[in-house]
Amino acid sequence: MTANMEPLDVAVSRINAGSTIAAGLALEHAIPFAVGHELLRQGVGGLTVVGPISDLLFDQLIGGGAVSDVRAAWVGNVSARTGYRFREAAENGEVTVEDHSNFSIALALQAGAMGVPYLPTRSLLGSDIFEQNDRFTEATDPFDGEPLVLVPALKPDWAIVHAQRASPDGDAHLWGNTGIVEPAVGAAENVLVTAEEIVEPAVIKSDSSRVAITRDQVTSVVECPFGAHPSPVTGYYNRDNDYYLRYNRQTETANGFEDWASKWVYGVSGREEYATLVDTELEITEPTVAAEVQYGQ
Amino acid sequence: MVSEDYTDRELMVTTAARELEDGETAFVGMRLPLIAFQVAVSTHAPNAMAVYESGVIRDAPADGFVHTMCDLPNLNRAVATTGMIDVMSRLQRGDIDVGFLGGAEIDRYGNLNTTRVAAGDREIRLPGSGGACDIACMADRTVLLMPHESRRFAEEVNYVTSPGYPADGNGRDDHPAPGGGPSALVTSKATFGFDERGELYLRTVHPGADVADVLAAFPWEVQTADDVGEGTVKTTSKPTDEEFELVRTFDPDGFWT
Repeated sequence: MTANMEPLDVAVSRINAGSTIAAGLALEHAIPFAVGHELLRQGVGGLTVVGPISDLLFDQLIGGGAVSDVRAAWVGNVSARTGYRFREAAENGEVTVEDHSNFSIALALQAGAMGVPYLPTRSLLGSDIFEQNDRFTEATDPFDGEPLVLVPALKPDWAIVHAQRASPDGDAHLWGNTGIVEPAVGAAENVLVTAEEIVEPAVIKSDSSRVAITRDQVTSVVECPFGAHPSPVTGYYNRDNDYYLRYNRQTETANGFEDWASKWVYGVSGREEYATLVDTELEITEPTVAAEVQYGQ
Repeated sequence: MVSEDYTDRELMVTTAARELEDGETAFVGMRLPLIAFQVAVSTHAPNAMAVYESGVIRDAPADGFVHTMCDLPNLNRAVATTGMIDVMSRLQRGDIDVGFLGGAEIDRYGNLNTTRVAAGDREIRLPGSGGACDIACMADRTVLLMPHESRRFAEEVNYVTSPGYPADGNGRDDHPAPGGGPSALVTSKATFGFDERGELYLRTVHPGADVADVLAAFPWEVQTADDVGEGTVKTTSKPTDEEFELVRTFDPDGFWT
């Protein structure tokens, strides 16, 4: 079974209102902003967003009215701290927030990926993250009697991943840190892969150890250069730091967010036009080329 | 001496850096710790390693400024770029010697709140834990960094995002989390330790700071080194010229410091 290779708008149209989507899985790296903006353009609402830390993406989806529930460890703007759209929506009760730690989100997805109902951890003990969330259960290790927290499996409807390159079939190469990409891909019912480049299957098969996602896991694969801007993508472009700081200043009020979104989201037809709005130098200026790897027989 | 020009935050960075010993593995989070690890590994701790919750593992400073742990200079020529299950598993196994944490609020037992704070009759929503709760629960020890502001010091934090010690006076002995708990708090005016009962005490004040002023920011009577039998409250060492130069190299525009 191969993935559907299709344009971004077609792929995103498969995501129904009310879905649970996991995104921003590599933390501040390779965040699928192009998909987030297309979700806003298509007016997909009532989403439950799942992730470890979310550097702007969830704030934008919340600001655009797409989110009803947040299940995450951290939501904001990593270099500027506050995500005002998240903060205001959480304070006003417009979104419900289920607080996690990074590891509890990772374990919930890992359990989903492994097909087990829960995984135990020694984290969370003594925190209000545990005390104030009925989903977690305290248990005693049946072997040595130590206290544990059981984290129930989480199986999102969608995992959304931005990759460096993928084949038209949906097999994808990832490099750089991956955060919780693998557990989320394993746990999700559907996976949407956006890739900087679509390459021949032979390119992917020449370096099998770099494959993080295989076609049977992928529903849609989309060629989407610059799809993670303003976040960085290893080997492709640097983080657009000024963008994060400007966003922080521009979106302190709901009106400010509307102005921001009218330019960057609703004012463009897609990622190609979006890229014309960015004039920051983000190229890799000091490339590190990996030593050649040989497979064979 | 150039190092006389240091800012409060630069002194926080160099003081925190000294909490990392050579050969140790540190769990490094956002903001000032990003700079502190780079200073430590460039000076007294050349054999230290850093792990970051994103899955990055480093043994050397980044060749370029980092806003976040996933900036390409932090990934470039890393020891490894792996995933969160990997690095969090190392933490859960007990392999992380020290974790660096910040917070919006702290109580006398080193419990940290980064989730929501009370402001009059309402609450202000903060970003949340990230990996902080995991580090606080499972690192062998934690070093806490925070601006010295009275609103941040609370008899009881509004929400325990990252557990310190319980109020029962037994430290981590009876606490269900496996890690060792906080060993130091570095503020913009002073440094603090935690006694055997897990209670905060004043260890040093930064050059130019006054003990009475430092203590006046707390809503409870803070113990001092004298009270816990550790001698008198001393003065925090200033950054050396080398440390100062390194901070300015790793944060050339003073974005974090």
